[in-house]
Amino acid sequence: MRHNRWLLPEGVQETLPPDSWMLEQARRRLLDLYWRWGFDLIRPPLIEYLESLLTGTGRDLDLQTFKLTDQLSGRMMGVRSDMTMQAARIDAHRILAEGAARYCYIGSVLRTRPEEPGGSRSPLQIGVELFGHGGLESDLEVLSLLLETLKLMQVEGFYLDLGHVAVYRALVEDAGLDADSEAALFDIMQRKSAPDLSALVDNGQITPVLGDKLQRLVGMTGDASVLDEAEAAFAHESPRLARALADLRQLTERLARHYPEVPVFIDLAELRGYRYKTGVVFAAFAPGIGRELARGGRYDEVGAVFGRARAATGFSADLNALAAVGRFEPLEPAAAVFAPADEDPALLAEIRRLRSAGRRVITGLPGRAEDAAAMGCNEELVKVDGAWRIQFSQSARQG
Amino acid sequence: MIESTDSLTLALSKGRILEDTLPMLARMGVEPVEDPLVSRRLVFPTNHDNLRLLVIRATDVPTFVAHGAADVGIAGKDVLLEHGGAGLYEPLDLDIARCRLMVAGYPGALERAGNRPLRVATKYVETARAWFARQGRQVEVVKLYGSMELAPIVGLADVIVDLVDTGGTLKANGLEAFETIEHISSRLVVNKASMKMKHAGIDSLLQAFASARQAAA
Repeated sequence: MRHNRWLLPEGVQETLPPDSWMLEQARRRLLDLYWRWGFDLIRPPLIEYLESLLTGTGRDLDLQTFKLTDQLSGRMMGVRSDMTMQAARIDAHRILAEGAARYCYIGSVLRTRPEEPGGSRSPLQIGVELFGHGGLESDLEVLSLLLETLKLMQVEGFYLDLGHVAVYRALVEDAGLDADSEAALFDIMQRKSAPDLSALVDNGQITPVLGDKLQRLVGMTGDASVLDEAEAAFAHESPRLARALADLRQLTERLARHYPEVPVFIDLAELRGYRYKTGVVFAAFAPGIGRELARGGRYDEVGAVFGRARAATGFSADLNALAAVGRFEPLEPAAAVFAPADEDPALLAEIRRLRSAGRRVITGLPGRAEDAAAMGCNEELVKVDGAWRIQFSQSARQG
Repeated sequence: MIESTDSLTLALSKGRILEDTLPMLARMGVEPVEDPLVSRRLVFPTNHDNLRLLVIRATDVPTFVAHGAADVGIAGKDVLLEHGGAGLYEPLDLDIARCRLMVAGYPGALERAGNRPLRVATKYVETARAWFARQGRQVEVVKLYGSMELAPIVGLADVIVDLVDTGGTLKANGLEAFETIEHISSRLVVNKASMKMKHAGIDSLLQAFASARQAAA
């Protein structure tokens, strides 16, 4: 096994220079952006008791979470696979803000399996959550911040995908399905499989009436005109459904005013995060990328399991993926200065002065032959008439 | 026929599905530059500037489409069941290349295994496991890539899980089909992101396929 000691586990990445510096700058600028919007940074732990990580999301995250036993308490712990629930726990149990609370976070998460074939199992998750306000305005704020995030990362030509889980929920809730039929139906809806939906009607698992409604729901994808179609078909079903559609319409209209350049796609059969989401759900896509770049939505009930139900909405994304897709360009740092290996106190003082002025100074090491150019420096400290001065590096000029 | 500016890549499954797909494409007015049944090309431009075809192994179609390497694909339901269908939409049954995914073996093979785990030879490992688990039956699955029918004959397995069309091969080897796991036909699959970002193009392609299917019926 000696030959593969260097091998990283599948789906686990590390970032090397210069990309690692680029990512770090992106991280700083994103957090600055969130700070300017009034979001406070939280840093939840990498590992928690499994119960706290999984309650609220049902089984969605169970398979995704790496687990281990806490040798101190004997309880099961999990390495976080998503930070949203941690933010919900903090809001419900730790900070207890009365009014609206805005949090942002960034950190590594681990997933037992990638979300798409060949995908990452160690994303660098970045996101924001807004607690304590149930209205559209907070959804719009979070969505806007998602769009600002994509812009900052220079993702080009992105699309926004909007849906609302209450539409499907309202249609299915009254049907009184058993758990098996419900699971089968959910799987079919995820795949928008019209043929499998018909089969479910044929073998009597759902009624023809429900089957017919769901067939129409599966087809309700496209531009804002889908909402007209949905209102005509479903608005009379229940007040809750009518309100969901009205909410979506308002949100689309406001988005079009604030961000007229961003194409919005409506998909009423989209059920991402259905088990804990309660309202608007959304995701961002970019051309040529076959998967979501960022996603989010409203999940008002989750805080209840931690003792305090709070309205909640937010989004998250994998910063590594955003950086890979976007054309974020870090500010070019000033080139480094090379200092020869020399014990001269005057040189040490000059190096200290330069460094405290924000310059990058790389000192030569005795016995190593690398010159300024080899160390990536285009300037070097040279002793001229007994004083140390910065000069353009000879070796760099030749190189 | 495909009225949109979105450029689309359609992945086709080699073999029987391809034979059944080409007439359908012809009815839709889509003509590849060369005949995919004889050409050695991998990528086929068509008479539509915005539509090109990939001809690949059937089992690779879900992978190509899920990754977004193709926007749309045509794959057998057998392959989709085995793949799990994650990351794909499956909006249309094309009703071509129809057959059944079945359990087969020598007559009485299921009973003869008695209480010991049933040995199953198949290339549909996941599907076979799930099927026998639902039946409450413990199995040992042997993954094979072809000539399933040989497995019971040489004692490699008690039964096989495989596609059965006419049942001719089974019969010729003294085997019989016991139970149907699934009725199979080819489905149109769509990449989730493409469905959203190239909606106009995909929608018109879907409609073209739907009417070509009706014309055939």
